[in-house]
Amino acid sequence: MLSSQASSPAPTHAPDDLLLRFFRAARGAGCRISPPEGMDAMSAVAAVGYGDKVALRDALLLTIAKSQEEKVALSEVFDIFFRSPEPRDLDDAQSDQEENADNQSGEDQSEGEGDSDNEQYGDLARMLMSGDRGAVQAAMTSAADAANLSNIRFFTQRGLFSSRILEAMGMARLEDDIAAQQAAGNQPQRLMNARDGLREAVRDMVNDAITLYTREGTEALRNDILRNVPLNRLERQDIERTRKLVDQMARRLRDKYNKPKRKKNRGRLDTRKTIRKNASWGGIPFITVWKQKRIDKPKIVALCDVSGSVARVAEFLLLFLYSLNEAISDIHTYAFSGRLVDVSEILDNNAIDKAMQEVMKTVGYGSSDYGKSFVDFEDNFMSGITNRTTVIILGDGRTNNLDPRTDILRSISERARRVIWLNPEPRFAWGTGDSEMPRYQPYCTFTRPCGTVRQLERVVVDLMEMDRH
Amino acid sequence: MDSLLDPATAIEAVDRGLAEAGYIASRQISTAVFLAQRLDKPILVEGPAGVGKTELAKSIAAWQNISLIRMQCYEGLDESKALYEWKYAKQLLYTQILKDKLGEVIGQTETLPAALAKLHDFGDIFFSKQFVEPRPLLQALEQKDGCVLLIDEIDKADAEFEAFLLEILSDYQITIPEIGRVSAITKPTVILTSNANRDLGDALKRRCIHLHIGFPEPRLEARIIETRVPGVATELRKKIVAFVHELRTLDLKKLPSVSETIDWARVLLLLHASSLSTDVVRDTLNVLLKYEVDMETAIPQISELLDKADRAFIPG
Repeated sequence: MLSSQASSPAPTHAPDDLLLRFFRAARGAGCRISPPEGMDAMSAVAAVGYGDKVALRDALLLTIAKSQEEKVALSEVFDIFFRSPEPRDLDDAQSDQEENADNQSGEDQSEGEGDSDNEQYGDLARMLMSGDRGAVQAAMTSAADAANLSNIRFFTQRGLFSSRILEAMGMARLEDDIAAQQAAGNQPQRLMNARDGLREAVRDMVNDAITLYTREGTEALRNDILRNVPLNRLERQDIERTRKLVDQMARRLRDKYNKPKRKKNRGRLDTRKTIRKNASWGGIPFITVWKQKRIDKPKIVALCDVSGSVARVAEFLLLFLYSLNEAISDIHTYAFSGRLVDVSEILDNNAIDKAMQEVMKTVGYGSSDYGKSFVDFEDNFMSGITNRTTVIILGDGRTNNLDPRTDILRSISERARRVIWLNPEPRFAWGTGDSEMPRYQPYCTFTRPCGTVRQLERVVVDLMEMDRH
Repeated sequence: MDSLLDPATAIEAVDRGLAEAGYIASRQISTAVFLAQRLDKPILVEGPAGVGKTELAKSIAAWQNISLIRMQCYEGLDESKALYEWKYAKQLLYTQILKDKLGEVIGQTETLPAALAKLHDFGDIFFSKQFVEPRPLLQALEQKDGCVLLIDEIDKADAEFEAFLLEILSDYQITIPEIGRVSAITKPTVILTSNANRDLGDALKRRCIHLHIGFPEPRLEARIIETRVPGVATELRKKIVAFVHELRTLDLKKLPSVSETIDWARVLLLLHASSLSTDVVRDTLNVLLKYEVDMETAIPQISELLDKADRAFIPG
């Protein structure tokens, strides 16, 4: 090993600037950092200093990350961010050199190559040949600063930034040095290895920067696209991301709606409560209590078509509804394709992706028979519908030319508070081919196309708002 | 705390202080306490039940030798129970007693407006500090030597109450409409705990240092047992910790927490158990597991878990 193993490079920029870049990277990883939180983090860092990496990490985790997931994400960012770029091959160059020296049995000569020629080398070559890692790292860091590496936006800029950094470090001169050696008939193997090592280290550094800084922008863009992609055309690799997205949206809605709203009903005195409240001063009514009307959370019965084309949408609808947990007082789910079964229990007890597999195993993938499924529902579960239930039916209404049994939908709609039909197909396709939507529509309080995450969100928001006015 | 100490020493000092109070803290916990005191910020502690969230507050109080004011949150907790309440009965009583005196004062005036003006001078008497019954939050601000204010299980309280806490958390002051602002004499160390029954608001989270205490590493847990249950032999202690650690890898409804490990160590000590055998574990497993289903899951696997625990290496 080299004797002059220097410690990490001295920061060549103001620490605050360093932290600001760290915040940007953290935001890219999904941590929300508001300005006051940023300021807290800065004073926390000022309190613990940069010397102790563990303390620094803890301080940042404690002040910025506000949940367990954020802490995990943030510590990953921390590790990449404070990883010093290391020209790995510096050692290898050295050992290669030694090996070569052994093989060539011309030790003096090759030693000579390193030493005697040092004079005529440029700064970069001399630095590399001296094997001073600290110096090389410091040079890389300041070259990265000069090239504004933290402003990298797209991965396509990789080459551009790499060459800018190498240029700032004096790569041109290094190449000249090598060429000069070669012209003189030498093979400056050590120098060439070091050059390749440096290139690789810079490329790693740029890659890290891409991981850290380009996420913020692309993440937002990606999510925006995902919101509008038809769910049943979702690529496999995007499913997980969409799940996260839906979960986030659901969390927002849950926070907003998880409390039963009370409507002030001023004008009608609640005598009982008023007397009780004023008991401590002899029943003289200092404080009046008014009757309140409590507004219920929605009670939902969901009937989901899980035959081939609709299954994916059903999964996301259910994910949405089940993520709302506290905001919905009661939800019952029935899945159907050929026949209809109660799947509430499966969904209550499992995480959504597992539950969906389970549901699919029991009912899925057949060709749908709306008529028979409605009959199943009427026979077994009709009693679950009261005048306070919102019935959501998710399906494309394609009955495969079997009897649609609109009469049962009619009696459902007579019993229920409202019936909402969600159809993953766009409106213009309703009624074409074997789609019986036009015949179902009259018995629905309203119908909605619901093929993308955005449409799904809109439906759920409307659902939550409906009983609150 | 000595603000001149360098951070590493200061964090060490927190660590030692808490250890003296019987609380073995991980490095992150000590850093959080250090930062809370340095930055004057509340700590929001989250984590599963029984990992020592509440205990942390108690230990800080014991270490700093200041009082602990505890406010247990529950659904429906409101201002009058958390902050202050007027002593209505006393107010009424005093108006009755002072009736004659008031008559005397006002009697000398001739016109009604003059009487009213006179009365105005005394008006604020009945809504003054004398008639305020301080509840935990106000008490905490009034402590001369500072205190540790523990707001326990904040997730059980309503979201409105959370909003109401913001003033005290960011500025260490509260506003009583009739009196005005009350600021802290000495800023209290505020610890909030949450079991994540519901997501807390961003506004609250933003004002706090967020500390997540999970299940401790075996080595730390062994040290905790060593402090809390001193009589247990080293070998047995390692076994206990290793076994509980293995137990936590199972798919259980409620994973055994540190407090359960401590209880179990105590029970084993009482039973004079010198080693862990399948029988001993089966008989005492109900200390660790609180659900019938969990017991059913764990019991068939006891000997396997014990084997694994034997192989696990617990340093220290």
